[in-house]
Amino acid sequence: MSDLLEVEGLTAGYHGVPVLHGIDLRVPAGTICAVLGANGAGKTTLLRALSGLIRPSTGRIAFDGADLGDLATERLVRRGIGHVPEGRGVIAELTVEENLMLGGAWRLGWAGVWGAARAGLRRDVAEVYQLFPPLAARRRQPGHQLSGGERQMLALGRALVGRPRLLLLDEPSLGLAPRVVAQTMALLRQLCEQTRLTVLLVEQNVRSALSIADQGVVMSLGRVVAAGDARRLADDADLRHAYLGF
Amino acid sequence: MDRFLFLTVDGLTHGAVYSAFALALVLIWRGTRIVNFAQGVLAVATSYLAYTVTGRSGSYWLGFLAALLAGLVLGAVVERLVMHRVAGAPPLNAVIVALGLVLVVQGVLGMIYGNQYLPFPAPFDRSAMTVGGVPLVSRFDLFVFGTVVLLMIVLALLFTRTAIGLRMRAAAFAPSVARLLGVRVGRMLTLGWALAALVGALAGMLVIPTGLGLHPTAMDTVFVSAFTAVVVGGLDSPAGAVVGGMLVGLVLSYVAGYLGAGTAPLAVLALLVVVLLVRPAGLFSGPQARRV
Ligand SMILES: Nc1ncnc2c1ncn2[C@@H]1O[C@H](COP(=O)(O)OP(=O)(O)OP(=O)(O)O)[C@@H](O)[C@H]1O
Ligand SMILES: [Mg+2]
Repeated sequence: MSDLLEVEGLTAGYHGVPVLHGIDLRVPAGTICAVLGANGAGKTTLLRALSGLIRPSTGRIAFDGADLGDLATERLVRRGIGHVPEGRGVIAELTVEENLMLGGAWRLGWAGVWGAARAGLRRDVAEVYQLFPPLAARRRQPGHQLSGGERQMLALGRALVGRPRLLLLDEPSLGLAPRVVAQTMALLRQLCEQTRLTVLLVEQNVRSALSIADQGVVMSLGRVVAAGDARRLADDADLRHAYLGF
Repeated sequence: MDRFLFLTVDGLTHGAVYSAFALALVLIWRGTRIVNFAQGVLAVATSYLAYTVTGRSGSYWLGFLAALLAGLVLGAVVERLVMHRVAGAPPLNAVIVALGLVLVVQGVLGMIYGNQYLPFPAPFDRSAMTVGGVPLVSRFDLFVFGTVVLLMIVLALLFTRTAIGLRMRAAAFAPSVARLLGVRVGRMLTLGWALAALVGALAGMLVIPTGLGLHPTAMDTVFVSAFTAVVVGGLDSPAGAVVGGMLVGLVLSYVAGYLGAGTAPLAVLALLVVVLLVRPAGLFSGPQARRV
């Protein structure tokens, strides 16, 4: 099976101080990989390195067989890497609809300012409204008027409008009601099966993450300390006790 | 009463230009948190180009077009070559660099064109047409109004109805999030400067024919008025810039008309001080939207 994402010996950090130490990771296309670990383990840093927000000092990241090298974040988006950051990144001053349109605005380029090219984008936005009806009711409201859960829906929906092949999600369940968490997880699973979307899912909500993931990695102090089949990780009592706290 | 009407129209005409110029300041402020102190001198430079092109070709409108295009290019060049380097540095750096740019450009223009006032033609008759027996508004005034209104409509459509405008706003509000959504933030900033300089160039073409003529410092007082306008309206608010510009235009016109031309600059300063004391964020800055 071909791996959509291959990470080898990735070392990265902030201001020359490494936070990640030699991370290895392989994620097959169309699967969900849960990234677990305590606060400060380096999960967010890993996602930031994958989407080009920070530059790895050593190591290799390959996406769909091609080395990503030094590609800037904007270019990685065009390759198909979508990143929903920690804290969601809803733009407070833009309306819900504008936030959603922005998710796919890069596809329009310089042309398509009017009319036809926008129609495709509008269709994608309409699909998001179907997935998350509460957003449709608030399409003209500015982002800062949304509740936490609505922001989460907006951030996820906005990423989907960009039609990513790899979706990096940083704690999407944070602050959501259990029922909405379950719905979100089910939706991710469905997207993977129907559209071969690949997801790297950072979660504190270990149980629900492992329940939909195909595989998982557990990080501690910037290293991968366990990796494998999601069900096996969930059943490993020692691992749960040492790193996952349940 | 006739005099009041006349002063009102005159104030609004100048105010329209201040609004446009203020809008250019807001454009750059929103994208970069820089007050572009070089904006006046850039508009002067493009007006000199228009002067040359019009002189050579005999066509006012060719010069007009050249000024707008030059504004677009000049704005982009200044951002790429100069202001880009002070982005992220302490704010004072950008101010000092911009003021340096003012001195350099004024010096160069003085060397090329000399430091005397050059006559700068208006494309339309500047004598007032009588409305109901009262000399009120000239064809040129109408041209100024029409152009500024058109400009505002075009800018509003650009920012609210087009994908490029959406990306520019996103880049200004939340650059790091915008980048994650594929927006080329650097390009949007360059485009913002180009647009602002184009608007500035347009304002120059509208206001210089109403003054003493073309001179390296011809836009200095316009800059001060527009700066007051954005302080009045709030640096973040395009609508505030428009209203602020009109307000400053009216105040200047009434004060100069009733108290004598010499007092007008003082009135602008007084307005500036009062607004800063009463509402430092500007009259039109809404409740600060919290970033998440
Ligand atoms: N911008 C930054 N500058 C410097 N150090 C940082 C920065 N962001 C994170 N770190 C450090 O990197 C380490 C890993 O942080 P990271 O945010 O990747 O952890 P995490 O696994 O996402 O934690 P959490 O579960 O709390 O979100 C921490 O020790 C943190 O202090
Ligand atoms: Mg984190």
